[in-house]
Amino acid sequence: MSTQEIRFSGFGGQGIIRCALITGKALSLYDDKFATMTQSFGPEARGSACAAQLVVSDSRILYPYITQPGVLMSLSQEAYDLYYPELPKGGALIVEEDLVKLKSDHADLKLWRVPATRFAEELGNRLFTNLVALGFLTAVTKVVTADAMKKALPGLVPDRFLKINLKAFERGYEYGVEAISKAGATA
Amino acid sequence: MRKYKTKTVAADPRGVDSGPHFMDGDHAIAEGALAAGCRFFAGYPITPSTETFERFAERAPEVGAMFIQMEDELSAIAANIGAVWGGQKVMTVTCGPGFSLMVENIGLAAMTETPMVITNVQRAGPSTGAPTLTAQQDMMQAKWGPHGDNAMIALSPDSPQECFDLTIEAFNLSEYYRVPVIILADETVGHMHEKVVIPPADQIQVVPRNNYSGPKEDFRPYKFDGKGGHPMTRAGDGYHFHITGLTHNERGYPVVTAEQNKIVVTHLMEKINGNADDIVRLEENDIDGADVVVVSYGITSRIAVKAIQDARKEGIKVGSLRMITIWPFCENRIRELAPKIKCFVVPEINYGQMVLEVERCAGGKCKVISVNHCGGAVHDPEVILDAIRKGSK
Repeated sequence: MSTQEIRFSGFGGQGIIRCALITGKALSLYDDKFATMTQSFGPEARGSACAAQLVVSDSRILYPYITQPGVLMSLSQEAYDLYYPELPKGGALIVEEDLVKLKSDHADLKLWRVPATRFAEELGNRLFTNLVALGFLTAVTKVVTADAMKKALPGLVPDRFLKINLKAFERGYEYGVEAISKAGATA
Repeated sequence: MRKYKTKTVAADPRGVDSGPHFMDGDHAIAEGALAAGCRFFAGYPITPSTETFERFAERAPEVGAMFIQMEDELSAIAANIGAVWGGQKVMTVTCGPGFSLMVENIGLAAMTETPMVITNVQRAGPSTGAPTLTAQQDMMQAKWGPHGDNAMIALSPDSPQECFDLTIEAFNLSEYYRVPVIILADETVGHMHEKVVIPPADQIQVVPRNNYSGPKEDFRPYKFDGKGGHPMTRAGDGYHFHITGLTHNERGYPVVTAEQNKIVVTHLMEKINGNADDIVRLEENDIDGADVVVVSYGITSRIAVKAIQDARKEGIKVGSLRMITIWPFCENRIRELAPKIKCFVVPEINYGQMVLEVERCAGGKCKVISVNHCGGAVHDPEVILDAIRKGSK
């Protein structure tokens, strides 16, 4: 990996920016990578589609913004509609499967679907949706290590919810590992 | 690491949140201030500098600092001047619209030789402009904002890490030269998250407030010799002095004559311009043998490196000069380089500001190409690359 660009997207309140913060911290503090995170600061960050961008590299990052994302995570229909066209062939598209209705089969992309909200509700609260999705992203993209992600959580989620957030992360991660083996089996 | 002309002490560990962090530039500025010993902050929130404001407010109680949200920027800067003469190191943060309101009292701080740090996280203007979008449009305002002749120091960080490092330098220069030091950040650097390593307190050099301790009758709050390092005192410590924006004598009392004005203004200008060698810090790469030198600062310097790398692949001899210190301007270096190269390329997120200084100092001895744009976004590196190609011909 020389440089990898990831866009996290969804709607305001889903913890999208938190996802980018956790991943950025994990990469730059515990995975020995360089990571630069930028986020939507316009009115779009307050209610409708919301996005955060992470540029990851083995060397110092110069241009801080996304030029062509290799990974897109969309946890809402609006975010998916807005951002999926910018994915190049072979890019990874991760969607919340109950919230996003796909417009095509995306045969030219690596498509990954996760019922993150449903899993979070099973764990007791849909607030953990973002951590389920992050665990899933960690497993299927391998951009960041699960170990680094778990280390990054303290300080970025409230202390009293740390355990349950870790559980949510692991739930998503395991589902991602299963998804990979299924994809391998059908390929 | 900067060397200071005066003694430094280790930072007060209470203000130093040592360790690696993933934080944005705005937060790093707040941490830099606390590490440098800033214990008073009066401000008025404004995008894109509010995060500094919030971080300082959150950390103030545990560090033992005072934080006040004032009714506006005018009172914010005034409260800071008062706090300095009460013995505190102070900072405020704002952006263009707030800086415009602060300008009158920044002039007062310069005239009364009151050390303080003012951060301008630049957003696209003019006027209220585009609050959430990036710019570098207040470069000239930092120097020429207040009326009358006064020399300023301004520094420009290119990353959250440098936001931390330069805030400490800003405080140290400010204490030594007794001058307001302005941090000219931009929205991109202010809002961008990256790894920031805060060193242990004993590895952070801090220039402490130089408080006078000699006989009362000998105390003079001013000495007009074009140098830094002069002592101050705190109100209430028993030393008599006076502070005024009027032209004053060494005790601080008004002496409104052409002769005294010459003495005071010469000192204000000389203590900065005459010490430019001590204050100016540049980062240079591949300048020797270069045909083109890209002069840039802040976030634009990072975008420029991408263009420079691409130009080298085409065989163009191009170097870079990044201005860490904006004011005083690196006049000598530009004069030295101009006859040796074909062209300076100056990209900046404004309609062409620092390029005027580059042109002035290049004095027609080489080409100068301005790569300006109106703010709101960083450059497309391709545009800078085009200018490098043109400059190399």
